[in-house]
Amino acid sequence: MIVANRDKIQKLAENLADMDDIKGRSLWTDARKRFLKNKAATASVVALLLIVLISFIGPFFAVWTNQQIDWDILGSAAELGAPNFVNGHYFGVDDSGRDLFSRVLQGTRISLMVGVIGAGIAVIVGTLYGATAGYVGGRTDQIMMRIVDILMSIPYMFVIILLLVVFGKSISMLFVGIGLLSWLDMSRIVRGQTLSLKNKEFVEAAQATGVSDFKIITRHIIPNLLGIVAVYATLLVPAMILTESFISFLGLGVQEPQTSWGALINQGAGTIQYGTEWQLLIPLMFFVVTLFSFFFIGDGLRDALDPKDR
Amino acid sequence: MALLDVKNLSVKFDTNDGEVTAVQNFTFSIDKGETLAIVGESGSGKSQSVYAIMGLLAKNGHATGSALFEGREILNLGTKEMNKIRANDISMIFQDAMTSLNPYLRVSTQMAEVLMQHKGVSKSEAIRQSIDMLDAVKIPEAKARIRMYPHEFSGGMRQRVMIAMALLCYPKLLIADEPTTALDVTVQAQIMQLLRDIQKEFGTAIILITHDLGVVAGSCDETLVMYGGQVMEEGDTEHLFETPTHPYTMGLLKAIPRLDQAGERLDTIRGNPPNMMNMPVGCPFTARCDFATEQCRDEKPPLIGSPHHRRACHRTVEELA
Amino acid sequence: MFNYTLKRLAIAVPTLLLLVILSFLLMHSAPGGPFTSERPLPAQVLANIQAKYGLDDPLWKQLANYVWGVVVHFDFGPSFQYKDQSVNDIIAHGFPVTLTYGSIAFLVAVVFGTSLGVVAAIYKNSFIDYFAVGITIGAQVLPNFVMAPLLVWLFTLTLGWLPGGGWNGGQWQYLIMPVIALSTSYMASIARITRSSMLEVLNTNYIRTAQAKGLPARTIILRHALKPALLPMISYLGPAFVGMITGSVVIDMYFSTGGIGVAFVNSALNRDYAVMMGVTILVGALTIIFSLLADLLYAWVDPKIRY
Repeated sequence: MIVANRDKIQKLAENLADMDDIKGRSLWTDARKRFLKNKAATASVVALLLIVLISFIGPFFAVWTNQQIDWDILGSAAELGAPNFVNGHYFGVDDSGRDLFSRVLQGTRISLMVGVIGAGIAVIVGTLYGATAGYVGGRTDQIMMRIVDILMSIPYMFVIILLLVVFGKSISMLFVGIGLLSWLDMSRIVRGQTLSLKNKEFVEAAQATGVSDFKIITRHIIPNLLGIVAVYATLLVPAMILTESFISFLGLGVQEPQTSWGALINQGAGTIQYGTEWQLLIPLMFFVVTLFSFFFIGDGLRDALDPKDR
Repeated sequence: MALLDVKNLSVKFDTNDGEVTAVQNFTFSIDKGETLAIVGESGSGKSQSVYAIMGLLAKNGHATGSALFEGREILNLGTKEMNKIRANDISMIFQDAMTSLNPYLRVSTQMAEVLMQHKGVSKSEAIRQSIDMLDAVKIPEAKARIRMYPHEFSGGMRQRVMIAMALLCYPKLLIADEPTTALDVTVQAQIMQLLRDIQKEFGTAIILITHDLGVVAGSCDETLVMYGGQVMEEGDTEHLFETPTHPYTMGLLKAIPRLDQAGERLDTIRGNPPNMMNMPVGCPFTARCDFATEQCRDEKPPLIGSPHHRRACHRTVEELA
Repeated sequence: MFNYTLKRLAIAVPTLLLLVILSFLLMHSAPGGPFTSERPLPAQVLANIQAKYGLDDPLWKQLANYVWGVVVHFDFGPSFQYKDQSVNDIIAHGFPVTLTYGSIAFLVAVVFGTSLGVVAAIYKNSFIDYFAVGITIGAQVLPNFVMAPLLVWLFTLTLGWLPGGGWNGGQWQYLIMPVIALSTSYMASIARITRSSMLEVLNTNYIRTAQAKGLPARTIILRHALKPALLPMISYLGPAFVGMITGSVVIDMYFSTGGIGVAFVNSALNRDYAVMMGVTILVGALTIIFSLLADLLYAWVDPKIRY
């Protein structure tokens, strides 16, 4: 998914690098204005906030916990287990008679967490790696980027699964696996951006007047990288969620009694022939709405931060 | 009968922020074998006016008025009909030859297709004629180089390829849109010389669009000065350069650096070109003009004068002295 | 072109070796070997088994043996789980299935995605353009593991048109849903990439030149615009290939098609390292070979790369 956006982001990176040509307006206030004008993006922010809110406040309204089995319904989920406000199963029950409302909320928290933390790791590693390669340049840069090239041609989903099997199927392993293997695109983009920033007049001027490398990086390079990193990070979160869901769908990710969207979709998909569509559709709805929101926000941010698109 | 007779040409673009007028009531004509220069700053509408004539406006642009080519209306002609005229009767070369030639196709393909399309000749014949034309624009080893891709040529050579490609069908009119802007000064001179030679040899009429008055001086019969989508002054090139009668032309000429007047500070025209989104009601140059009056602000000056010299200014020539 | 091929090969071969070595070392750093089970085996039995599989050799020797076997004989060794099957048998059993629906899905994604993208760009802001844009946005949130159950719900449970799973020697009824589920999101990505690059190409100066030359629209699109417009799509082929081969695991699991995906997931659940390693290396090798081919195709289309 992310790959499809890669060329667009590259373009944004190029445009952002030329940003100093356009003066007089603060990038960020201007970007905020343009972002708020984008209806899909603003609506997505609201939808996303709602989902986060529900996943954290929802448990206070839940009648059943995520592990409690409703013995009255177990075994006849198709007839009695549908979403129902009377018995407190707002989203119905799953195949083992557990309350789907509580399970979906828990799955939402875990999937979002994996998404955000995985993206966070990828952003930090990718930015540091890319900025170093770009700023140092020369041979170091060539070797560092060749390593990225090599890593990129490895089917990383198989490697993550390998890691999970070897080191145990824990959530923290999932974070590390997903995060550590998803920084490659990020590092390429950041490197390209750093490279073009390095040759900008204001950095050359700073170098000429004897400003230290450290100060140049913190004062000039990093602030100018923020825009592109922000856009890419918002697009990385749904990519991470997709990866996690994929692995959990195969039963290799988050393990019971914990759950995630992928695991819930897998369970719902497995029982669909028994006439319990809600078990698939409810988690799927959360999944779809969240992914859409992140994509629209990412698109909105990109358009808002692209100074050439005024 | 003039070769190309353009009357009251206006070009407008629909944009998200409203309609933008790029060219307004543009009128000119060019005779067989003549050279006409259209001079103006970027954004003055000089390129858009010829794109309109060629039917090459962007999708959101539309042209009104009239353009008679050998007495036939060609403005807003359907693509099919227009395609018979393009390259055949009127051809065009562009500013940046690097991006104007297709980087993914061999020069031979790009040249031969013109002849195959318009003259219906075979591929081998088309390539033979293309090689002859490359020879004519003084590209060395044309026979070998025609097999190359554009990026294997130098900037000047690429523009020569563009010119050769435009001349393949011996068009009656060649429109050159800033043909030398992207080139080194020495190469610029070579390309201008080439255009002059071609004109002599083939008798092609040339419309030269440029912002560089230096390029115009030696090579064009007539010059037309545009500003803000409108014609400011028009006349015989030599006459216009010696005795400019419009404040804008005067400003332009003063802004040319001259080697024989060392040490003097270069004059510039103060201010910036007008915003195309809301053009002033009166003369577009008012805001930057040292001679502007109330009348200039409120009323558009008509383009009047003798057939060989016209100007659009409310102030008389004497008042400007 | 020849030099370029050599240069790309010089990257591909070490990458492949690295993949083999890395996955081998990763497996060996695993806590607990494949024969650690709930009921501890007698020490003598364990030693015998380890000797049989060569697990008592020093690490470097095991590695060398493994690499030699893989590279020279295409032999991934015996499965740790199924005593009478070698990894090669398991792969030989599942791979043809995966290859069949995988290559059909890949072709579908490329052919339909490209055509949709090109047509959408040519008829920008028309119905077909909105349709293409709608699909591409929708498909972002419909990955294969979402598509698969939805397709079964629609075509098997609701309409009763297609069998919900199985392979049956690759009959067309059994192919349709795996192919759609696997190809949709990649078709959409390809359509989106092609559309935006085509729009960009149509705005370039050289297309304007082609118009000024009086060429008919068809020639302009086919001869002048198509090649450059396809370049971004070509560089996406590598990632798309990786994505689809990864997705085949879901297809194999959900539709019980019996491809290598099942073998991989089962081996992952059973800690059958030999099979996991074999599949990972096979997939990695395919990926590397494929991206090599895609790069060569790119270089063939773009004359600026070749020199």
